[in-house]
Amino acid sequence: MWRVLRQIVRAGMPGEPPAEVDESLRLKERLHAQILATLGRALTIRQVDAGSCNGCELEIHALGNPIYNLEGLGIKFVASPRHADLLLVTGPVAKHMEIALKRTYEATPEPKLVVAVGDCGVDGGIFGQSYASCGAVAKVIPVDVVVHGCPPSPTAILQGILTAISVRNQP
Amino acid sequence: MDLLGLGLEASVLTGACHLRRCRVDAEDLVTVALGVREEHGRLVALWGSDERDRENCFHLHLAFEDAQGLLVLDLPLAEEMPSYPDLSEIFPAATRMQRAAYDLFGFWAIGPDQRFWVRHAAWPDTEFPLRRDFDGSRQWPAEPEEYPFVRVAGEGVHEIPVGPVHAGIIEPGHFRFQVVGEKVLRLEQRLGYVHKGIEKRFEELPAHSAHRLAGRISGDTTVAWAWAWAMAYEQAAEIQPPVRALWLRGVLLELERVANHLGDLGYLGNDGGFAFGLAQFSRLKEVVLRANQAAFGHRLLMDRIIPGGVSTDLTPAARATLREFLPGLAAELGELRTIFDDHAGLQDRFMSTGRVTPELAASLGLSGLAGRASGQARDLRVDYPATPYDRVEVRRCGGVAGDVAARVALRFDEIFESLRLLHRFLGELPEGEWRTEAPPPPAGAHGFGWVEAWRGPVFLALEAGPDGGLRRVHAHDPSWENWPVLEHAVMGNIVPDFPLINKSFNLSYSGQDL
Ligand code: SF4
Repeated sequence: MWRVLRQIVRAGMPGEPPAEVDESLRLKERLHAQILATLGRALTIRQVDAGSCNGCELEIHALGNPIYNLEGLGIKFVASPRHADLLLVTGPVAKHMEIALKRTYEATPEPKLVVAVGDCGVDGGIFGQSYASCGAVAKVIPVDVVVHGCPPSPTAILQGILTAISVRNQP
Repeated sequence: MDLLGLGLEASVLTGACHLRRCRVDAEDLVTVALGVREEHGRLVALWGSDERDRENCFHLHLAFEDAQGLLVLDLPLAEEMPSYPDLSEIFPAATRMQRAAYDLFGFWAIGPDQRFWVRHAAWPDTEFPLRRDFDGSRQWPAEPEEYPFVRVAGEGVHEIPVGPVHAGIIEPGHFRFQVVGEKVLRLEQRLGYVHKGIEKRFEELPAHSAHRLAGRISGDTTVAWAWAWAMAYEQAAEIQPPVRALWLRGVLLELERVANHLGDLGYLGNDGGFAFGLAQFSRLKEVVLRANQAAFGHRLLMDRIIPGGVSTDLTPAARATLREFLPGLAAELGELRTIFDDHAGLQDRFMSTGRVTPELAASLGLSGLAGRASGQARDLRVDYPATPYDRVEVRRCGGVAGDVAARVALRFDEIFESLRLLHRFLGELPEGEWRTEAPPPPAGAHGFGWVEAWRGPVFLALEAGPDGGLRRVHAHDPSWENWPVLEHAVMGNIVPDFPLINKSFNLSYSGQDL
């Protein structure tokens, strides 16, 4: 156990953002405040890979690391759309995922938010639209916010989530 | 494989991806395949092409690795009846590739499994998307699909279906478990959900910008795929990239390996009930991604390798920063390894879980990292080292236990080796140009790429088309042959261990679905 403790001490307090992501600190404060104001509890997210190359997933995973510390902001990934406030959808929508994505959307309780993550989710990206790809997420389900980037940085994804909650918070 | 003994003459393609290529008939194909297996070679890839406009036939292509390296066979198939001998008896890994060759081209082999593989219901079963007369922009309405899963009969056996959308942040796929109590009798995978028409899409792109698509076959392997692309393009266009670019490619590939292995170790620790591991490894991985961003301008290093060289040079300052940061990373990793090794609970979860014996691995053709953990001592960086690997004597890492513990240990070993290689590459980086002109290959020119990605060897074949276009591109991710082995690895284990075993393989869905 002492090794574990020593490693924690050495590594410093995770969650302290390094100086260069100052901007993201302010973003995180706003996000945290916004989540509390809107929901009064943790924001629950269901992530759906609808056809991604898996690059976007890597950056969504990064949100969970101690530096971005998503859980600490009051955001949780949940295992069922029935418990989700927000769907975080990546990829162009593969034709083979079209029905699964629609079903996930229908299973998510109102009011629901959808954030399409990555250039593929925005307009099909490099994969475009084809016999096997529906292209943009918005072609298949209603989308509230899109996040550009290939893949978008974790900070950009956080910004997208914040924007979605702010939109919902407006009367 | 002695082709001359069979009276076959092979042409030789030189360049970074050296190979022999030969046209065969069906009988020769089986003889060669048997010969390759005899000398412990393996099937690397199987794909098709539509040659009706040139030769009034189709072609089936196969890449094998035999004792001399890469061997590519081309087998003409009749236009009206494009059939060929089943190879799944010789190489079980051929099964899914043959099923995909039917879905995409309508080629058939009389194999034991005639079900669709990558086609669900996105296009009618009378249409074959990779034939040249198939209109790639055409869409059909989405329809639900019934897939005939294999059932296990018996008392107390019940079925657990999972997916395609999973509980975590995971790519989509369907897993069907047959269990008794907690014990898995059988797992059957259904993949193809993220098939997005990548190979057809290549044919619509100009060759000079298609490296972006190659780098998105599987995002976690973007560097290796971009390198395989560049290798194939440069072979077809007869371009020699500057030596500095090759060394920088080595730096990029090892950074990608380190980042992925770190991420996997974190999740493996977590699935083993050790959340501390996830926090530590994901922090280290983030440090590497930030170093990538600072040195090369992209966290995942996408689009850094391009035909002709690399898209960004490494500045002296960035090089110095990278070099300074490696020893610290190695030291932290050393600490974490000791913690992992000393943690009884973790070792208990890892040991003998999800075991693939070397014999099973050899017969199923398990490749890459998972193969090396099961006694399959193959690593392209050691076996056929391209520059810069030919200058540094890559140490072969491996194990024989074939369980989760072996795949965890191997990841540690490989990170340490990558850090050593990075130290060498960065220290001895040649000066000079890092990029040269790369005009598109002439129509009809062929090129191949074969690169040891962190997960295993990625293979790419391309043929250039007229007007700077691409006629045909095939991409083979090692996930193809490794997914079926995962079905075996979980047999007899308990259901709650599945996430751990699955993570220890960490296979790509996008890379196999294409
Ligand atoms: S936006 Fe880029 S990283 Fe994300 S799924 Fe598309 S190609 Fe991959």
